[in-house]
Amino acid sequence: MSKIGDAIYEIHSMDALAARDQWVNRIHPLVKFILTVGYIVAVVSFQKYDVIGLAGMVIYPIAVFILSELSLKDSIKRLRVVLPIICFVGLLNPFFDKNMVLFAGAEISAGILSMITLILKGTFSVLASYLLIATTSVDKLCYAFRMLHIPGAVVTQFMLTYRYITVLLEEVNRMTQAYTLRAPGQKGIHFKVWGSLTGLLLLRSMDRANNVYESMLLRGYRGDYQYMRERIAVRPQDMMYLLFWMGVLVLFRLYPVMWIVGNLAGGMFT
Amino acid sequence: MSHIHIDVENVSFGYEKEKEILSQISFHAAESDSIGLIGANGVGKSTLLKLLVGLHTDFEGSIRIADIPVQKSTLPQIRSKIGYVFQDSDSQLFMNTVYEDIAFAPRNYGLPESEVERRVEQALRLTGIEYLKDEQIYKMSGGEKKLVSIATILSMTPDIILMDEPSIALDPRNRRNLIHILNSFTHLKIIASHDLDLILDTCERTILMADGRIIRDGFTKEILTDKELLEKNGLELPFCLQKR
Repeated sequence: MSKIGDAIYEIHSMDALAARDQWVNRIHPLVKFILTVGYIVAVVSFQKYDVIGLAGMVIYPIAVFILSELSLKDSIKRLRVVLPIICFVGLLNPFFDKNMVLFAGAEISAGILSMITLILKGTFSVLASYLLIATTSVDKLCYAFRMLHIPGAVVTQFMLTYRYITVLLEEVNRMTQAYTLRAPGQKGIHFKVWGSLTGLLLLRSMDRANNVYESMLLRGYRGDYQYMRERIAVRPQDMMYLLFWMGVLVLFRLYPVMWIVGNLAGGMFT
Repeated sequence: MSHIHIDVENVSFGYEKEKEILSQISFHAAESDSIGLIGANGVGKSTLLKLLVGLHTDFEGSIRIADIPVQKSTLPQIRSKIGYVFQDSDSQLFMNTVYEDIAFAPRNYGLPESEVERRVEQALRLTGIEYLKDEQIYKMSGGEKKLVSIATILSMTPDIILMDEPSIALDPRNRRNLIHILNSFTHLKIIASHDLDLILDTCERTILMADGRIIRDGFTKEILTDKELLEKNGLELPFCLQKR
């Protein structure tokens, strides 16, 4: 499959994951959205040398991975583009921060510690976001946004942008396939036709987008998108899920749980 | 139901000012008419259908649907009466799943969810695709997408159905199913198609177009058996009438 074909497949795979009938998928989208935002804020708020405290926050992604029965291997494969960027951002820290700090009884470069925290913060945030979209469909997310009183126009814009990504990619796929079939032995697309292909892509995408919009208009669309099959009520179990995780995250954020566990387990970190 | 009819009087239209796609088109369609719109490629069949639902309103002349003039201010009212099936199903289907797409129109018209569900089930049953209810659209074949496109308009319970090449991408069994669906729809329908056998099976009346004009408007059995007329206008006799 071509790279564009792969990208389309990945988007559809994410839709398929979100559409599964798993326990986590059934949790109210607003609860999952609030938890994800709360988790990311908690993760980002750790001090730059607090590796042990931050490491404890791995509990949330691990638990949700297990509960949602998602494949960690496939997930990391999907995030292969983002994760190296996160690592790259942290790589410069050891060069700029050359102080030495005491860590677990040993002196260690502060730059290395801050690099590790930066990588962990980025990785955890990306994993949490991934878990949200892998267990919540875009329709449900938009529903949650509307519950938060985010303006309808903004939410519809978000929704249609998501829809049009595949429209755009499909057009690119068709054009590159047509090109490749008539340019055997050529690697990629010759720079001489980049201009005409891009222009054509723009026109065709606009045409397709216009057709989709016309189809929406003909079926009664008047600017207010109906996101969901029915109103989703927040159930007691959703509230319990939210409160449980809020409690866990506050505990891990305010208290050095990993240190305490380590001490109890034999003074590993003392 | 109100007395649905379509009145088109002296309609001319072009995407560019210098080039007219439709020229002086006039016809009347009554409540229970089934009309086949035929003609060679590029004669303006799809454009005419688009004018009827107000996708272009800058035409000359007059179009009235159930006595309501087609103009910007009346479009929501007119479109609630008409179901339009696009030539390209990918343009028509934009939601994730079949259910969501068929439910799109009833929800937009503010129906309660129980009624939305009833209409979706009914549309799925009529098109014989109940098994696709929760399928994701991107996984489906061209023929399945076409049937879902038809179901999306049936859920609107329209008074008028307009279809642009509905039999494209359908295999013989699904094509037969489509003919059955069209014949069971007793209200006004206009079908633009090159599939003259389909027109013969579903439409009592046929409008033949050429160069943006109506060349002949009459009984399907008369027009589709007139070999000379058809060939003069870039068409051929339906396959079932051709000698083997």
